[in-house]
Amino acid sequence: MKTILPESIRRISHIYCPGCGHGIIHRLMGEAIDELGIVEKTIAIAPVGCAVFGYFYWHFDTTEAAHGRPPAVATGIKRVLPDRIVITYQGDGDLAAIGGNEMLHAANRGENITVLFVNNACYGMTGGQMAPTTLLKQVTTTTPKGRTNEDGYPLRVCELLSTLGGVAYAERVAVNTPANIMKARAAVKKALQYQIDKKGFTIVEFLSMCPVGWGLAPVESAEWINKEMIKYFPLGVFKDTK
Amino acid sequence: MKGLWKGNLAVVEGAIAGGLDAYFGYPITPQNEIPEYMSARMREIGRTFLQAESELAAINMVFGAALTGKKAMTTSSSPGISLMQEGISYLVGSETPAVIVNVQRGGPGLGNISGSQGDYFQTVKGGGHGDYKLIVFTPGSVQEMHDMAKVSFDVAFKYRNPVIILTDGVLGQMSEPAEIKVIKTTATPGVEDLGWNLTGARGRKPRFIRSLFMGEGELEKYNYKLAKKFETMKEELDWEEKDVEDAKVILVGYGTSGRINLEAYQEARKKGLKVGFFRLKTVYPFPEQRLYELSKRAKFLAVEMSMGQMVEDVKLAVQGRSEVRFYGKPGGGLPEVGEIIKIAKAMMQ
Repeated sequence: MKTILPESIRRISHIYCPGCGHGIIHRLMGEAIDELGIVEKTIAIAPVGCAVFGYFYWHFDTTEAAHGRPPAVATGIKRVLPDRIVITYQGDGDLAAIGGNEMLHAANRGENITVLFVNNACYGMTGGQMAPTTLLKQVTTTTPKGRTNEDGYPLRVCELLSTLGGVAYAERVAVNTPANIMKARAAVKKALQYQIDKKGFTIVEFLSMCPVGWGLAPVESAEWINKEMIKYFPLGVFKDTK
Repeated sequence: MKGLWKGNLAVVEGAIAGGLDAYFGYPITPQNEIPEYMSARMREIGRTFLQAESELAAINMVFGAALTGKKAMTTSSSPGISLMQEGISYLVGSETPAVIVNVQRGGPGLGNISGSQGDYFQTVKGGGHGDYKLIVFTPGSVQEMHDMAKVSFDVAFKYRNPVIILTDGVLGQMSEPAEIKVIKTTATPGVEDLGWNLTGARGRKPRFIRSLFMGEGELEKYNYKLAKKFETMKEELDWEEKDVEDAKVILVGYGTSGRINLEAYQEARKKGLKVGFFRLKTVYPFPEQRLYELSKRAKFLAVEMSMGQMVEDVKLAVQGRSEVRFYGKPGGGLPEVGEIIKIAKAMMQ
């Protein structure tokens, strides 16, 4: 079978685990960038986490930020080069835990950037610890008996950000089924189009599989998103200023 | 044109004259005049100003703007600079040039808002994680606050390394005559290709800027490369000296302690005491060779607004060849001229 890759994704093997959602999300990002013809204008920021090597996989200008700081770095880039397309690619720990403040204020200022937020309900790279989006009762390496209220409640980022004036578009999608992936694809393209149109802060949240972090097989992981994650993190558009 | 200028405002005009494109900062005393005046000036001339939500965000915004090849800057005071240490380490680690101004106040902790020199170790010996060096300018007057801010971007870009202007609340708040030109021209839009900056890969291969080197031996090699660069930064070494050749005791200081030393040296000479004056204008690089030469004939009195930090570098430079004593006041206290002369005199016995 011939593999067709977007131009903006490098032809290189990646280090993601079998069944991981990152590869799918990289492709969706690459396809949207190709289709919008913005590869020569794009500057992306890789996170600290499994996607830290993003710059090895993406064929456009990329940097990496300290853990949680991509929205601040993106702000700096966008403020001096407002006609470039600035994308942060962040996991749940990066965006919603250590980088909560940077996320909140970049969104509230309406920074004209796009955040691609990968929610896999755990810290994948460091070994599957609890994330701010870990579900209640979910077992992780730091919640061995399952997350309880004492560990805090799973954070709904799209719902939270949708209350802020600066946010132009917030949608939650999933990458666990072909139908969901097609919706996710449209969401990425829409978010980037909004940035091109200078509408303000855009975020696409992906519910994404982490088979190793969850201790499930790849197929079971895709099912787990339907069975467990979507119940707490409903898919849909939470804000759209159109 | 010569006029009466406050140190904090002189820094702003110096940075603008040096080509500052973008400023990001967070209010903290005793440097609030910088973001306030900057917010008006940068808007007036069509350059970027943004009040960040924290010092942590500010230094990362600087990082973002700087990696496009633009001249970016932040300013703060001691507690805020502590928050920026992560970002400073990343700036060095990714060889991204930027300028940071620390208008020091008393510490540790929240300390107070008086001028102090308690951040010497943090600035010169690290502060953030990893093996790194910053180019550290230490202005001694309002004029130098301006002039050093003006050249700082060229120096930062020359080495692709952050430059810190290490000053203090006294110099930031004081006013004195200075020759400062208020620039009215706007910055040039767009950005030039410097061979490393991220601007969007138009007509060239995509680039990445990183400080992560996971390959076997890769980071070790990268650290050697950086260390070599830190050595070349020694070209920026600068200091001021007076009457050191016949001096029995040389007063060593920088910034406000350097100014106090100047008065003490002048008083002492009037009294016929062979006191010399040595004021550091950079503390990295440090004038170790010159101090070693002078140690053949002279003793040293290191004067600081701290419990003694720079004095350790003076001792390292002198290598035990002559006596090095310390006199200082921590927590926002100012060293006294009378006391400096008294100690210098005692050292001559």
